[in-house]
Amino acid sequence: MKPIIRVENLGKLYRIGAQQGHTSLRDALAGVVGAPFKRLRSSSSGGGGRADEIWALRDVNFEVAPGARLGIIGRNGAGKSTLLKILSRITKPTTGRVALRGRVGSLLEVGTGFHSELTGRENVYLNGAILGMRRDEIARKFDEIVAFAETEQFLDTPVKRYSSGMTVRLAFAVAAHLEPEILIIDEVLAVGDIAFQKKCLGKMNDIAREGRTVLFVSHDLSAVNALCDTSLLMHDGSIVMTGATRDVSAHYLDRSNKLYSPVTWAKFSDSQNAEIELNAASVVQGGAATSAVDCRAPFEIRLEYQNRQAVRGARFFIIIRNAKGDVIFSTSDYDALTGEAAERRAGRFTSVVSVPGDLLRTGSYYGTVGADIKNERIIFVENDILHFDVFESGDDTLAERHKRPGLIAPVLAWEIQAAGAKPSSDT
Amino acid sequence: MDLKTSERATAALQPPPAAPTAPSVSNGHPPAADPDSTDQPLIWIDADARGAGLGLRELWAYRELLYFLTWRDIKIRYKQTALGAAWAIIQPLFAMLLFTLFFGRLARIESDGIPYPVFAYAGLLPWTFFANALTNSGNSLVGSTSLITKVYFPRMIIPAAAVAAGLLDFIIAFAILIPLLVYYDVTLTWRVIMLPVFVLLTTLLALGVGMWLSALNVKYRDVRYALPFIVQLWLFASPVIYPLSIVPEGWRWVFALNPVTGIIEGFRASLFGKNFDWTTIAISTVLTVAALICSTYAFRRVEESFADIV
Repeated sequence: MKPIIRVENLGKLYRIGAQQGHTSLRDALAGVVGAPFKRLRSSSSGGGGRADEIWALRDVNFEVAPGARLGIIGRNGAGKSTLLKILSRITKPTTGRVALRGRVGSLLEVGTGFHSELTGRENVYLNGAILGMRRDEIARKFDEIVAFAETEQFLDTPVKRYSSGMTVRLAFAVAAHLEPEILIIDEVLAVGDIAFQKKCLGKMNDIAREGRTVLFVSHDLSAVNALCDTSLLMHDGSIVMTGATRDVSAHYLDRSNKLYSPVTWAKFSDSQNAEIELNAASVVQGGAATSAVDCRAPFEIRLEYQNRQAVRGARFFIIIRNAKGDVIFSTSDYDALTGEAAERRAGRFTSVVSVPGDLLRTGSYYGTVGADIKNERIIFVENDILHFDVFESGDDTLAERHKRPGLIAPVLAWEIQAAGAKPSSDT
Repeated sequence: MDLKTSERATAALQPPPAAPTAPSVSNGHPPAADPDSTDQPLIWIDADARGAGLGLRELWAYRELLYFLTWRDIKIRYKQTALGAAWAIIQPLFAMLLFTLFFGRLARIESDGIPYPVFAYAGLLPWTFFANALTNSGNSLVGSTSLITKVYFPRMIIPAAAVAAGLLDFIIAFAILIPLLVYYDVTLTWRVIMLPVFVLLTTLLALGVGMWLSALNVKYRDVRYALPFIVQLWLFASPVIYPLSIVPEGWRWVFALNPVTGIIEGFRASLFGKNFDWTTIAISTVLTVAALICSTYAFRRVEESFADIV
């Protein structure tokens, strides 16, 4: 059988800096002056080694047979989303090509084009059209979509009055009723309650059973395991492993494979000229720097820095945010109040903070690191330089807590007593 | 196993059936044939391919999305404003009152023998539509970041929907023209049948220029700030609140190079039963079509980079 997706030598180069991103006319005029030289330079270097260029995807080759359910696993920045964006024709590859033998429906975000002023009914039609459904197709499936989303009684209410859960349910319901030959799904199950997630996974299983091809990216390895028979493991823009999802996810989680380059930075912009220079910031678990943190075990955040001079009263702070930007906690080495923290002699130091296990929810986190002097001034702030994903290592009942409302998912001590009985610890 | 990976092993893959210069998108939206029975891939995504042609076939395939985005623009605008549809009337009506006061009463500008208020309104009606369509479509891509980075469809639909949404405002504002015509005792002639032609030309011109500006706006955000300025200058450079006849004979050809001139003059001529200036109208038509084709080509060439830049 011919592959439904064939990817050959796919590569995507991103330029960072002024040329990429929206510029102003002034920059463009300046760019015109320098352009001939720039072209000369990039052709001599073969378009490769420039510092402001990043290959988000490089030499990616694979084929997918019709009806396959393929998982794509990898840490943030591995190129998963770039790959899906190219396959969805949102962005163009820099090298290589893709042959698709079917209509592609992609779901890179739940509720793309949803408008809060429009009613549930209106949004179903709008969102359906955006995802590539025809009006009669939407009309035909309308009742089914609404029943799936369980939002019948709010159909004529503007979506802005919906709870976020309801919005997500409705949005996913529309997407779940897409009928393309190839369905591409990125990280959309991370939202919604657990019952609905199960329902969605079930629906996607049905879709695949109907002979459609599904490409699925998720941080939730158990979801990938449940849905996909085979998986790709991506790292630094390339495929490092292909095989049964179970094996691939095991390989991914096995820290000894060093799939995660230590999360360390050589240079930071803001602190370079400050009295304190931050040299490295990393997340460490089990003795190794990582970007994938097992939520069951404690981990450390290490800051390595150099005090160019004695900075009396300086203190480091770390602010941890989740992917939505909510601050989960902030902490400072000021809490330690050791002699070192108070004096801040010149020289190289490391500040380490230990974060307990069984605390964070699964998901992506960003850490801002800075230093200040209390009631005086800020020495430097490096926004979102730490980035790590928290995963759940088991799939037993404890994992259920990640689906409950709340910013964190701590495991707390519960005790259940029969009325009138004395508390006992050995039952 | 239904999946196999080959590291750099393109040689193992059979040569592609399409030439490397094939358009990156050979087909878009229509329901696909059974993938097993077709030998040719339905869609090619190729790094070396450039957006070729006008992409009209794909645009046609996505016509329903154009309808829905237009419908959305209209719905949202009327839901979020307290006065709703009244805004469509207020804008040209108040502009008319203002210009009537200053140009009609104080400056006593000639208006080809037509009462100044109805003369000005007949010019401001297509102009307001044009100006709003231009502004809205010029800013449309930048305002649709989430769509552009998350879903594929011909990007042209976004500025096109912004222009189309302005048509409803135009129709509502047109309703005010009728009592004005009655009040000022304007009798319609056969020439009124040309009116839809000028509305169409206005739409196409707004689309042509708006689409080009919207693409430019993605890369250079200066466009957002330049737009109100451009619109204002363009108003005074066009015979909207004054007739072309007050322009000295020797300068009229310069005005005719502005495509809006032929459209507005033609619009008024068909309402007031004046003779059409076919030369000016022809120039406007040619310029409008040329603008539309050029900007479509330009748009097609850059649209695939929008998601990376916006």
